Amino acid sequence: MAEKEQAIEKLEQIKSTALAALVEVSREEDLEAWRVAHLGRSSAVMGVFSSMGKMDKDLRPLMGKAANEVRQALESALEEKQGVLAEQALKKALATEQLDVTLPGRPVTRGRLHPLTQVLGRITRIFGDMGFQVYRSPEVETDDYNFTYLNMPPYHPARDMWDTFYTKTDGVLLRTHTSPGQIHVMREHAPEPIRAILPGATMRYEQLSARSEIEFAQVEVLVVGEKVTFAEMKGTLEDFAKRLFGEDARLRLRASHFPFTEPSAEMDVGCFVCGGTGCPVCKETGWLEILGCGMVHPVVLEYGGYDPEVYSGFAAGMGIDRSTLMRYRIDDIRHFRNNDIRFLKQF
Amino acid sequence: MNVPLTWIKDYVDIEDLGLEELAKVMTMVGLEVDEIHLVGMPKPAGEKHEFKYTGLSWPKDKFIVAQVDEVMPHPNADRLVLCRLNDGDEEIIVLTGAPNLYDYRGKGPLEKPLKVAYAREGAVLYDGHEPGRKLTTLKRMKIRGVDSFSMICSEKELGISDEHEGVILLDDDAPTGTPLVDYMGDAVLSVDTLPNMVRDACMLGVAREISAATGKPLSYPDDQIQMTGKSLAGRIDLKIQDPELNPRFVLGMIEGIAIQPSPYWIRRRLNLAGMRPINCVVDATNYVMLELGQPLHAFDYDSLVARAGGETPTIITRTAKQGETLVTLDDIERTLDPEMELVTDTAGPLSIAGVMGGEESEVGGSSENILLEGASWNFINVRKTVSKLKLNSEAGYRFSRGIHPAMSEKGVRLCLKRMQEWGGGVIAEGLVDKYPNPQVDPVVALSASWVNDSLGTALKPGEIAEILSRLEFECDIDGDVITTKTPSHRVDIHDGIIGRADLLEEVSRIYGYDRIPARRLNQPLPPQKVDQLMLMEDKLRELLVDLGLQELVAYRMTAPEREARRFPPDDMATEVAYLEIQNPITVERRVMRRSILATLLEIIEYNCSLSNRLVLFEIGPVFHPITGKQLPEEKMMLSIGLTGLREMPSWQGDQPTTMDFYDMKGVIEGMMSGLHIDEVQYRAATHPSFHPGKSAEVLIGDDIVGVMGELHPLVKANYEMAEPPVYAAEFELEPLLKAGRILFDVEAVPTYPPVLEDLAVVVDEDITADRVEEVIKKGGGETLAKVQLFDIYRGKQLGESKKSLAFNLTYIAPDRTLTDKEVLKVRNKIIRLLNEELDAELRS
Ligand SMILES: [Zn+2]
Repeated sequence: MAEKEQAIEKLEQIKSTALAALVEVSREEDLEAWRVAHLGRSSAVMGVFSSMGKMDKDLRPLMGKAANEVRQALESALEEKQGVLAEQALKKALATEQLDVTLPGRPVTRGRLHPLTQVLGRITRIFGDMGFQVYRSPEVETDDYNFTYLNMPPYHPARDMWDTFYTKTDGVLLRTHTSPGQIHVMREHAPEPIRAILPGATMRYEQLSARSEIEFAQVEVLVVGEKVTFAEMKGTLEDFAKRLFGEDARLRLRASHFPFTEPSAEMDVGCFVCGGTGCPVCKETGWLEILGCGMVHPVVLEYGGYDPEVYSGFAAGMGIDRSTLMRYRIDDIRHFRNNDIRFLKQF
Repeated sequence: MNVPLTWIKDYVDIEDLGLEELAKVMTMVGLEVDEIHLVGMPKPAGEKHEFKYTGLSWPKDKFIVAQVDEVMPHPNADRLVLCRLNDGDEEIIVLTGAPNLYDYRGKGPLEKPLKVAYAREGAVLYDGHEPGRKLTTLKRMKIRGVDSFSMICSEKELGISDEHEGVILLDDDAPTGTPLVDYMGDAVLSVDTLPNMVRDACMLGVAREISAATGKPLSYPDDQIQMTGKSLAGRIDLKIQDPELNPRFVLGMIEGIAIQPSPYWIRRRLNLAGMRPINCVVDATNYVMLELGQPLHAFDYDSLVARAGGETPTIITRTAKQGETLVTLDDIERTLDPEMELVTDTAGPLSIAGVMGGEESEVGGSSENILLEGASWNFINVRKTVSKLKLNSEAGYRFSRGIHPAMSEKGVRLCLKRMQEWGGGVIAEGLVDKYPNPQVDPVVALSASWVNDSLGTALKPGEIAEILSRLEFECDIDGDVITTKTPSHRVDIHDGIIGRADLLEEVSRIYGYDRIPARRLNQPLPPQKVDQLMLMEDKLRELLVDLGLQELVAYRMTAPEREARRFPPDDMATEVAYLEIQNPITVERRVMRRSILATLLEIIEYNCSLSNRLVLFEIGPVFHPITGKQLPEEKMMLSIGLTGLREMPSWQGDQPTTMDFYDMKGVIEGMMSGLHIDEVQYRAATHPSFHPGKSAEVLIGDDIVGVMGELHPLVKANYEMAEPPVYAAEFELEPLLKAGRILFDVEAVPTYPPVLEDLAVVVDEDITADRVEEVIKKGGGETLAKVQLFDIYRGKQLGESKKSLAFNLTYIAPDRTLTDKEVLKVRNKIIRLLNEELDAELRS
């Protein structure tokens, strides 16, 4: 019996020594050393198992059970300790791993469309939703397309409305507006109905300054069909303007003159800079001019191949540069074509 | 045009229409008001105004009509006088230095008091001594020992004109004690006159539009005249050589007129309208031009008689003879050409028809007998003359836009009346009037149903006729049809269908665009066609943005020498044909560009000091003149430019590397794969702009579509560029877009796992990577799904001119998991082929 008690006592001792040693362990990486020492092949408790053969046969099961219990106790103590230490380590890590969140992120470079293309894209999409198709027409035009077919024969007073760049080739000029595209589209489509928009670059002879540019982008809108009315022009352009400038945009049409439309109108939108109270951008009027429009002139319909007795239509033209300039309160219109990267990357 | 409010009130009663409301009405019908300049009147009440207001208001308690009863010398100063002034309430001594009061000094109480504009202490007005318009407040002070706290005003101080030589002397009937604003307060509306509305470049025209828009009646100026003088017949002869150029010419005469200043209120009106008052004769011609829109010209009759050698003068209208000259009123000798229409006499040119008079027959201080011309000229001819002589005048402005011949006579009559009113004299009996080319005023019929079909309205024939009548069209209604006769002050209404459109504009404008309903399009949707190239272009733009590139929009105008910089100095081919601009704004922009690459390089040059990383692209046209064709070819191009750092540097201190040839190639490959263009080849090529060893042609199939590479060092030296090499590419857009595919085959995602392995082979230096890849693919057959180069190695142990290329190979079968045995078989075939075809060795 003494042998048994001795052996039990020894096991208890092994257990308490090991547990005492485990209490001393304070770092996760030291746990493995403890495991080798107290649960490893040459550990005391394993020694008990290997010395089992020399024991009294009757004692063996009892001792085996006792030793197993000690081993399991040590194993679960280890597991518990592991958990405790891991939790401590995590707490410590979380407490110390504090980033300066104000530091800038790693730069990711992205591409951008030019601001004019972005605005043009918005306009194109809106008209696209209304069934308008996009066309392109030449930037260098004949005098006929730019003026005569648009009801401005040579020396017509309205030609003064456009300061023109002429070329050294007779009868060839840089288009002053996108309206020559009306004739191209009509001639391509007559007598089919038309809903088209024509974006593009236009050129006008001006002195370059913060407010005036020699090249700028325009969009032309053209509808031709049977019994197209002024009311439809008003509705279509108002729908467009509300989608571009917001549901609440104030709009007005006032009389104007373009040789290629009659009646002609100018559409104004309530100034989006001051909200209509008056500011330098709207020249204290509370209104900004956004587009010119009108019913296609019979002469233009005829040049386009449509019989004005049967067909009618409306056209509109809007400058992209100026409205973009006003919208973003850009100080100098020349920024658009200078392509200063510091300007472009803001869009 | 500057429109003084009080002048308009002569023709239409707008008393109950506020200033703001009036300006709004005008703007809506097409007379856009730019600015309202107050000359005494108060700014309309309320917070919100739709117009820009400038100028000065005259509060009723501060600015008064007063009378000076006596002008006394100043005890201590020669250049100052003391005025005994009555402002209706009290008598005050006012100090002034106005030279136009010196004459009255020391004459005792004046028999006829001088009426003046008087400003009391505390009045805010413009400082007469400061240049420009600077506000000042009248304060009590002592000037040379005399108390001064108020002022007799000059025009400058009140904001009427820049005149500050003397104080204003009002007309004698000015009522003493009345607030000045009630007597002559005004507001000047500055109106943009549309090119087709020259009929409204006059006060009556503006008043007519207001009358039409508001329904208030229009009253014409009274032009009844007493022709009590000797008959004009026989005292002047008139010959019109070309009625096409001069449809009508009217002459009238006034004799014994005194060339004196016009009444003050006339001078003030002219000033406000922007014309300098001169004398009653010149003022009358200008006043009537501003009133009716008909320019008029006054000749000194006696000087015409003198030019005719004492005989009866003959006025001849004709075109100029080659080399003829005329000194115009602005004292410039003009050389005339045979297209220019003139008014002449037997001695030579008198004036340039419809543009400007000559100096010699000008009315001067000693003139007594005035011959007055009112004529009508061909607007195209006047227009050409104005542009050839670069001579802008009020007359030229109006005649070059078309004035109705009926106005010639009306103008002459009214002007004779005004001259007589302001300068006295006797009007000669009768006019000399030649009208060889009468204007036919169009008669246009339009139906109410057509008007309503065009506008989307529901107007009745009567309503349409009512609107047109207000614009003085004579209207007859027969059922649905209104027949209109054009009034004889308009030349902008045509016959037939164009005339109908002209009238539609008048009806809709006066009815009010705001009253026309807004409707959505009712017509059927036209056939919806897809422009495939446009679609692809949009896709390409988005693709390049996705690849990290910044889009550019650039000028089309440039100069040949600017574009030549894209070539090395001894390879600058400047002798190419450009589309040249006849009237360039600057020599720097005198042709249309031929090269999108040149544009790109300039933009890189501009930006390279501003950013250490540039990744740019532009899509736009270039312009190539074609022999035998009127218009140049507009070819759409794509440019891509890269230079500087591969990534933007960050604070974490990773050293960013600079971009190289393969960054550019990566962008182009990304673009090609994004457009789903296979069959792309890159072939080493030489191009003068690029480094001969670091450039390539890009081919789709067998067609060269673009070029890419590092900028030639000699080209780079032409620009002020930063140190890192610059990579550029240039493509023709059309072949690229045509090769691109919207629809493409989608490969099935593999169900069975792939087998991955590496293969490194040693080959001779001159064997290109794509050649090796080609052989690998040939050997790998269908099982080899992907080949990717991941390393190139050169080293001594490989031997001279050898390199090792290492590839990742991906094997896959669509229907099973590949066995090691199968893969080995394929691999061995690849190795065998590499060895046979390229003498390649497996690298151990
Ligand atoms: Zn504003």
